[in-house]
Amino acid sequence: MCAKLLDKIEIPVDRYELRLSGSGGQGMIFASVVLSEAIGGTGEKKVVQSQSYGPEARGGASKADVVISANEIFYPKAMKLDFLLAMTQEAVDKYYPDLKDDGMLVVDTALVTEIPTDNYYGIPCTYLAREEAGHAMVANIVALGAICAATGLASMEALTKAVLNRAPKGTEDKNRKALEIGYRELMKLKTEKEAAK
Amino acid sequence: MSNGTRKLLQGNASCVHGALYAGMRFFAGYPITPSTEIAEVSSRELPRVGGKFIQMEDEIGSIAAIIGASIAGSKVMTGTSGPGYSLMVENIGYAYMSETPVVVVNVQRGGPSTGLPTKVSQSDTQQARWGPHGDYTAIAIAPSTVEDTLTETIRAFNLAERFRTPVTVLLDEVIGHSRAMVKIPEEGEYEIINRVKATSSPEEFEAFEMTPNLISPMPAYGEGYRYNVSGLTHDTHGFPTNRADEIPIKLNKLRDKIMNYVDEITKLRVEFMDDADIAIISYGSVSRTALQAASIARQAGFKVGCIQLCTIWPFPEKEIKALCENCSKIIVGELNMGQIVEEVRKVISDDKEIHTLQRYDSEILTPMQMLEKLEEVL
Repeated sequence: MCAKLLDKIEIPVDRYELRLSGSGGQGMIFASVVLSEAIGGTGEKKVVQSQSYGPEARGGASKADVVISANEIFYPKAMKLDFLLAMTQEAVDKYYPDLKDDGMLVVDTALVTEIPTDNYYGIPCTYLAREEAGHAMVANIVALGAICAATGLASMEALTKAVLNRAPKGTEDKNRKALEIGYRELMKLKTEKEAAK
Repeated sequence: MSNGTRKLLQGNASCVHGALYAGMRFFAGYPITPSTEIAEVSSRELPRVGGKFIQMEDEIGSIAAIIGASIAGSKVMTGTSGPGYSLMVENIGYAYMSETPVVVVNVQRGGPSTGLPTKVSQSDTQQARWGPHGDYTAIAIAPSTVEDTLTETIRAFNLAERFRTPVTVLLDEVIGHSRAMVKIPEEGEYEIINRVKATSSPEEFEAFEMTPNLISPMPAYGEGYRYNVSGLTHDTHGFPTNRADEIPIKLNKLRDKIMNYVDEITKLRVEFMDDADIAIISYGSVSRTALQAASIARQAGFKVGCIQLCTIWPFPEKEIKALCENCSKIIVGELNMGQIVEEVRKVISDDKEIHTLQRYDSEILTPMQMLEKLEEVL
């Protein structure tokens, strides 16, 4: 059959789509909720967050999508990713094909060893969370800091506020630190990349 | 949460805030994925407004409890998913027969049986129409976004109270678990309808009186009006009857009190249909896929439009017929093996092509799948 419609269609440009992916228990859904709150809270943009997970509490693939637009968001899930965070090897293998050619990839190099492209930012989120922030559990927050630095979608102030709003009492320092580490590390990589150009 | 607040809410939470705005003061339920947050948020919020939350021993107890609370004068809701709805079906029939306003939210997951707890589906669409046995007319509405889940739940309460009938809110896992910024409406922003109370004296009170609009006033138990509530076919006083002249009066009432006002119950969202040659008919989360696909197709110069069923039951026969009049092709998209397409076939003339796009592998239909279907039928 000759292509009539499919040749002519264009992916809508008024959407920015992120996917946070890893395994159950890594806090991908939590991170996506916090990010959505930080972005949506300003009232400037529309945001829809959604997720997909299995019945198990730990393990199994877990992903959360965040779609941002100035206009009404029709389809609530990602179609072609502008940004992908992958916290496991399985996640990067599974979702890298969904990333746009000029999309941005951030991987946790503490857990991901084979990366299908040279064009990515690698941060050992889990390692830094454990060694510098005080607990591996805040690896997702390290990643959030990195997302903030990489995309500029939310201010660090808004993000910090959103994280502390939802984080359990007594974890404030670890979370604040984790955000800063992620931000710092990605900024470092960004500067290196610029310099290499 | 106070009026006017904007907050990132899950669809399930949005549903509860709509219910609270509408005046829900009693919720009985039994947690089940993907509806659990409805019970969770209700349990947190209801005590704050002087309401009651009860976690019952199961779904049969839950529906029974809300029917009782409604008869006692409360505005009530329960939330569940397919397996729980199946257990509730017997007593939902009781609510139809006893003309008790109740709102039942079904956050659909894959079935039959316990099926797919965390996965999306729209395969309870016909169950919402034909769950209980017997003849009755059902109202079911299908929100499609986190935001309209709030306003559509208000509408569900208004319809239940106005028509003294159960109303099913068909959500699905995608809407129930998605999050978006939702504004809690200001007081007075939306109309709230409450059931008609009795004005006659308790002595003259006729519980199922045939009024001009067929809605019998409904006093709360304990207000001094004594009457019989029964699942047996009953006369206008509520007492069981076997009389051939009284039985059709009751059954016609259950139908006509709704169908005489069907235009006020029907609700559609119609987009890009003015000059459309192809119409996509859908509901719930799939209507978001359809809107996305149609807007992409429009941008590429193809005359594709969308008809979204916000009210699924009663099925908007007249409107579908009229809207599709100038279309040559229709695509019905749904997350099941074809539950609404047959309704469309009943009202669309033979000269139009009706195509189906069905997905039941636990994922939502994507805009790309919809566009591929359009390509195929063009």
